[in-house]
Amino acid sequence: MEVLKIATAGSVDDGKSTLIGRMLYDTRSLTSDKLEAIEKTSKQKGYDYLDFSLATDGLVAEREQGITIDVAHIYFSTEKKSYIIADTPGHVEYTRNMVTGASTSQAAIILIDARKGVIEQTNRHFFINNLLRIKDVVVAINKMDLVDYSEERYNEIKADFQGLMAKRDYQEQRITFIPVSALKGDNVVNKSENTPWYNGDTLLGHLEELDMAAVSNVGTPRFPVQYVVRPKTEEHHDFRGFAGKVYGGELSVGDEVVALPSQTRSRIKEIYFYDKKYETASRRSSVTITLEDEINLSRGDMLVRANDLPTIEKQFTATISWMDSKQLTAGNKYVVQHGVNKVLAKVETVHHKIAPDYSGLDTEANTLGMNDIAQVSFRLNKPIFYDKFKEHRTNGSFILIDTQTNNTVGAGFISS
Amino acid sequence: MNIYTTDLSLAPELDSLKDTSNVNALENEAIYILREVAAQFEKPVLLFSGGKDSITLVRLAQKAFWPAKIPFPLMHIDTGHNFSETIEFRDRLVEELGVELIIRKVQDSINQGKVKEESGRYASRNSLQTTTLLDAIEEFKFDACVGGARRDEEKARAKERIFSVRDDFGQWDERNQRPELFDMLNGQIELGQNVRVFPISNWTELDVWSYIQEEHIEIPSIYFAHRRKTFLRDGMIWSADDNIVFREENEAVEERMVRFRTVGDMSCTAAVLSDAISIDKVVSEIRDSSISERGARIDDKRSEAAMEKRKQQGYF
Repeated sequence: MEVLKIATAGSVDDGKSTLIGRMLYDTRSLTSDKLEAIEKTSKQKGYDYLDFSLATDGLVAEREQGITIDVAHIYFSTEKKSYIIADTPGHVEYTRNMVTGASTSQAAIILIDARKGVIEQTNRHFFINNLLRIKDVVVAINKMDLVDYSEERYNEIKADFQGLMAKRDYQEQRITFIPVSALKGDNVVNKSENTPWYNGDTLLGHLEELDMAAVSNVGTPRFPVQYVVRPKTEEHHDFRGFAGKVYGGELSVGDEVVALPSQTRSRIKEIYFYDKKYETASRRSSVTITLEDEINLSRGDMLVRANDLPTIEKQFTATISWMDSKQLTAGNKYVVQHGVNKVLAKVETVHHKIAPDYSGLDTEANTLGMNDIAQVSFRLNKPIFYDKFKEHRTNGSFILIDTQTNNTVGAGFISS
Repeated sequence: MNIYTTDLSLAPELDSLKDTSNVNALENEAIYILREVAAQFEKPVLLFSGGKDSITLVRLAQKAFWPAKIPFPLMHIDTGHNFSETIEFRDRLVEELGVELIIRKVQDSINQGKVKEESGRYASRNSLQTTTLLDAIEEFKFDACVGGARRDEEKARAKERIFSVRDDFGQWDERNQRPELFDMLNGQIELGQNVRVFPISNWTELDVWSYIQEEHIEIPSIYFAHRRKTFLRDGMIWSADDNIVFREENEAVEERMVRFRTVGDMSCTAAVLSDAISIDKVVSEIRDSSISERGARIDDKRSEAAMEKRKQQGYF
């Protein structure tokens, strides 16, 4: 069965947690003890409805303030698919947590409050989903019950959203609009009688039908060496395996490969998954590969097909999503973690900083503060082996680590 | 043969697992995480309780490093209130694998006056484990502790990263977690800090059971239905076998056919009525169950934030 990872996005009080709770409830994924807990707490709080956000807002601070602070992962399955929903925060100050949740997702749901329509936050959420190249985006126009299920209002918001897409040079995405009421359950799992003018799928119906091949970015095979397996036991005295995960495409026994950075050539001799040998290792499988020749390879090195090399450079330019209260400044040094490889990097130039309202009116800047997004050029102390993010989601992304605090302070998407 | 991971329909070796979620993809993800632990840390340890989740972790670690041995020791924080079946199982497994097992006892922490035993109806040693665990981390200078926690267990768990950094008091700062993007796990820490690692974060209870079924992994017998001396309290079934669970005079002992869904401290783990005597029956029972796994864990019911509070204090 397929698994679909979805990120939700929406502004405060747009009802993300409620929507997820509704989805769990209507698919009967909430166990009776969890449901009882929700009923009890809703009653205690004096609500006259079930507060489904209690199912997902797992931190005390979240429940106190009624907001989502950090990503929660929620699991449920239907006959057709397994779902992992990353319930991400809507607040501007938690943008980094939103990026965190979206980075592993294949589809996104952006919520809009039907009363408020498209707001700056909507812009931000769409921008980030686009930056992360999430191909399938559902725009759920929520709280339709509060605008009398008005078709006119729905069309107005839809047109506003489409206008927003025209403002920037957005990548191609499939965008689907659905009128819902998470609180009342309209068009979430069950088709609503309140929106006879709407002929499309329910939210779940849409997700059930998603073509997974179309929403996953494959790319070309890259095999970063994660760990060298050398048992040195009597039985496996000479065994020298390169453990790692295959990113993009697949690798097969007999493939001519190049080891980076040494550029030594060899052929794949064996592919192991545990104690079994396989002919081919597909995307995202964590295998152990042996080579025909004794070549020197260690963690951070990479095996690629001989006719299909990535860029090998000591510099690159990337879109950076900055995630720390300490500013990024030209001249600063950071650790770039690119896959499992770590190198030191110096910020050369900060180019176009994306305007805070994502209007397309970008500005020049030398520094980046928390939640800023900009084009930044880096110089590295050693070359890395990268692809552009738009061509390879894994080999085109990296994180920045502060050398003093060890914190992850930024995410990067290589553009050139 | 092809090892395919993202689409189970293309994984011929897993054809029999139609109704489960993507166990194969989850397995590959967990193996990747375990290798990151071995590569990024100086002194990792695998926290082993003898329960199904940590048994699953051990199998995943075996796979991650084959044909080499698991490159870190196992550690059991022993509450002293274990089911005897679990302890027998633990010792046998360790011997078979030829790995080192470290045991640290909550009883010792009690004797040293570091923690105070609870008393009364709901007395449990579960939260006392935290102190013993933190002391052991300090004693051995572990920089990474691998645990079998899953995000689907509990809503505070659902908020946790895969590499979860704890300060030198072992504390979780839930409001200031490191961003975790794509597959990139940042294990850089300062001296004194340590990282709790959760390779099966994205597994559900059903995924774990399906995996145990598929891999023919042996598990302690208490997970299967058996006749047991029990008593009822608050609508739950408690073990009356070893006099570990506090029982009032009027709480009558009766033999029932039960099994356990989780193996925590005996004093906080209730049994469920069941006739599932085989792994196949367990899997179908879990699939049809309307009660969550932690519905039988009394320590989570203490308050809405029980797990979050324990984690802030350093619980894994």
